[in-house]
Amino acid sequence: MHIAEGFLPWQWCLFWYLVALPVIAYGVIKIKKVTEEHPESKPLLAVSGAFIFILSSLKMPSVTGSCSHPTGTGLGAVLFGPAVVSVLSAIVLVFQALLLAHGGITTLGANDFSMGIVGPFAAWLIWKGARKIGWSTSIAIFLAAVMGDWLTYVTTAVQLSLAFPIPSFGAAFVKFIAIYAYTQVPLAIAEGLLTVVIFEYIMKLRPDILVKLKVIEKEDPELKKIESAVA
Amino acid sequence: MVNKRAIVLLALVAVIVIFPLALYNGKGEDQGYFGGSDDQGPEYIASTGYTPWFHSLWEPPSPEIESLLFAVQAAIGAIIIGFVLGYYQGQTKERKRRKYEGNSNENIDV
Repeated sequence: MHIAEGFLPWQWCLFWYLVALPVIAYGVIKIKKVTEEHPESKPLLAVSGAFIFILSSLKMPSVTGSCSHPTGTGLGAVLFGPAVVSVLSAIVLVFQALLLAHGGITTLGANDFSMGIVGPFAAWLIWKGARKIGWSTSIAIFLAAVMGDWLTYVTTAVQLSLAFPIPSFGAAFVKFIAIYAYTQVPLAIAEGLLTVVIFEYIMKLRPDILVKLKVIEKEDPELKKIESAVA
Repeated sequence: MVNKRAIVLLALVAVIVIFPLALYNGKGEDQGYFGGSDDQGPEYIASTGYTPWFHSLWEPPSPEIESLLFAVQAAIGAIIIGFVLGYYQGQTKERKRRKYEGNSNENIDV
């Protein structure tokens, strides 16, 4: 999903910066607020960022015969909300743009919009929705992470089709979806599975922080089950 | 403590990664396989006649340096996750131990 340096006309670079920056600013305020209110959540904030660091560095092969990488943003989105993840993603994207020539500074706004905003926002919505209709935390986090990952790549395809509607937006979209979104399907599923593993582990060890962050309810029956298993 | 469920899930991830390697076994970059989708996008855009107007300030001078930096990126993430989850694991164990010894009113804070 990294749009390479210089591969968006400058008007689009500016546009995506203007869209992404307010969200990132709001995310910074939210990080300040959550770490002041719940200082014990800081290690989980670090884990959320670290998870993005690892997953976005792993380029995996896909059944389409090309390689791509997961995003790792679903975990942070569920724990802290999408705005916070826009900040964490921006950090990773700057690291990759400056040191790896992967992505770019001019395309940072566009890349943060897909990886740090659309993906995490979708993940967060799916988590909320799945929990509301009573699905288990594991199923909910799986779906959230899979769709967060996949929609990030769909967003990249949309962004490129808007910037390069050759010969038309529709035709370009078919082309870019073929490059990005099909390859991503198995990787999104892999990301979903990895996110389930780490989320279940966190839930087993520190359910108290998840309750404070309002990720799960205090009276959640799943929590009772964990408590009785630990005791 | 072995978490069977986690092992099964991680094994599934391994299958997802290994399957394409087996499927296209023997084929490589020269035959057009296992290239990055992040590279195919720009390749296609360049084929429409577009020339990028800005270039990376710095690029890893060789694939070795690039893989070094990617490994560093993953290592930073792995160290943080391992440290925090290991710390939590130790805390939980200690809490259990104290409970077992009857000092349950002692609270361990982070």
